[in-house]
Amino acid sequence: MNDRIIFDNVSKFYGEVLGVNRVSLSIPPGITTLVGPNGSGKTTLMNLMTGLVQPSNGTVSVLGLTPSNATEFFAAVGYCTQFDFFPRGLTGWQFLMDSLMIHGMDESVAFQLAMESLARVQLGDAAGRKIAGYSKGMRQKIRLAQAIAHHPRVLVLDEPLNGLDPMARAEFIALFEELGRQGMHILISSHILDEVDRISDRVILITGGYLIAEGNIHQVRQEVREKPMQVLIRCDRPELLASRMFAINHCVEARLHADGKGVFLRTADIDEFYSMLNGIAADGLVKIEAVAPADDDANAIYQYLIGSDGSAS
Amino acid sequence: MTQQSIADFGKTLARQPWGLWGRQASRITRIELRRNLLSWKAGWVYFLAFIPAVIILIHLLFDAHQVSTMSEDTGILAGIIQLYYIRLGVFFGCLGIFSRLIRGEMIERSLHFYLLSPVRREVLLLAKFAAGSISAIGLFGVAILADFALIYAGFGAAGRDYVFNGPGGGQLGAYLAIVALGCLGYGAVFLLLSMVYRNPTPAAMLVLGWETINPVLPSLLQKLSVASYLRPLMPVSVKAEGIFALLTVQTEPVSVWTASAGLLLLIAVVLVYSCYRIRTLEIRYTTE
Repeated sequence: MNDRIIFDNVSKFYGEVLGVNRVSLSIPPGITTLVGPNGSGKTTLMNLMTGLVQPSNGTVSVLGLTPSNATEFFAAVGYCTQFDFFPRGLTGWQFLMDSLMIHGMDESVAFQLAMESLARVQLGDAAGRKIAGYSKGMRQKIRLAQAIAHHPRVLVLDEPLNGLDPMARAEFIALFEELGRQGMHILISSHILDEVDRISDRVILITGGYLIAEGNIHQVRQEVREKPMQVLIRCDRPELLASRMFAINHCVEARLHADGKGVFLRTADIDEFYSMLNGIAADGLVKIEAVAPADDDANAIYQYLIGSDGSAS
Repeated sequence: MTQQSIADFGKTLARQPWGLWGRQASRITRIELRRNLLSWKAGWVYFLAFIPAVIILIHLLFDAHQVSTMSEDTGILAGIIQLYYIRLGVFFGCLGIFSRLIRGEMIERSLHFYLLSPVRREVLLLAKFAAGSISAIGLFGVAILADFALIYAGFGAAGRDYVFNGPGGGQLGAYLAIVALGCLGYGAVFLLLSMVYRNPTPAAMLVLGWETINPVLPSLLQKLSVASYLRPLMPVSVKAEGIFALLTVQTEPVSVWTASAGLLLLIAVVLVYSCYRIRTLEIRYTTE
């Protein structure tokens, strides 16, 4: 069976307004982050994937299934949408049980899955209360519980960290990591890039309805050649290291770390840079403690490729 | 269509997970019944259904009942069924119940939960229609029973004799069948209108206007009316005089079975088209 999420030349127009244009993607299992400014088409992509909107052109399939075959498709897919609305008058428990029961499963199985799912999002105590009285974070939790309760193989999460306090965010991130480790497909759109960046295997950058870049975060970063990469080197003599690197005319920018025990260096050729750094270390002039990329995260890529105004650079 | 293709079609049908769809439909129906009947929004449907019963109760308590006036009361009850229930009570009750099923959930922005569940959209629509029908038929059926019981209760033994040994029982059965068919017919129409229009009320008013002028339309157009199918089923005719002439339906005489089958066919056609509409329905709450 196909284990990928495939968008084949997909376009979506809302009347004359462009949603997304000619998007082709093949997403393997793991955690994939959708990155883009508001109105860039992230939610449209997710809605197209789950059949909430129909493509104007192209086709979408998830593990070889399409939403038109709802019985099989939604047994395999869970979607935690951004819509912060619920059926009226329900408690969290009723909402979860209703959602599971319409799968057609036995009540005892639904009961077990609901309990397990509530425990996973740590909402057990509030399950008996009406959702109308929930805080934003609790509503986010019950939506996530509903999306994961039936053990989907693909989990689509539209801004799942919105409204959560730092503690709950950390819990959610840990849960996504765990689900990703279990081999699940997880597609996340989020503005909180620093946090999802740590767990993402891949990133998809989109703006104005167009796909800008996709792939492993580090690969994507290296492909942004017009923006020299920044590396933080922790060492005992950062000034000397910076001067050596400039002397061999390789760096384009150097900045001392605030604590004076490291230096940020920018280079246009990262492979050559590491090779020279090895040479300097081997000479014994500078004692290097750690080397780490400082801007090959989703946030930096977002800034470089999309910019703060949402336009592609 | 060849015999082979008919056989293939039969095999395809047999392979479908009918048991699963049945379980899903029954659970959705239960959820929808709870929403239809136990929410404060259902209050005005209860009002529409039971206000005649309240009026008949006042009549029972404060007016003298003589056996000689029983036929007059029988005519009044027939008028209440045809002039009030079919034209107003069932019409607006079904508008409230059935237009809520899909459009109401889009306005409340909760329909996506259903559309993201492993339920075929046709199963969802038919289950919602079943829930709406059970709610409407249940409410108006109980209301008709109450009306019937209250109208003959004042006549004592004569009333009981009329109901249990006379034509009363048959009339009650006919009224219940008329109201059930009315609920199904208007329900299907309003369910479809609610998917086609963001606000189905203006379209429903056009339907009301259409139903009102239907008796003067050519016979072919008369067939596109719910009330015209119900008229031949009425066990007691209501005189079309004065203002009531606008509300009573005078159509070409047809047999009871033709009228029932015609209405059921109309309902089936509307539901098939509704199924097509829901397959292509998109969730765009921002436009609601």
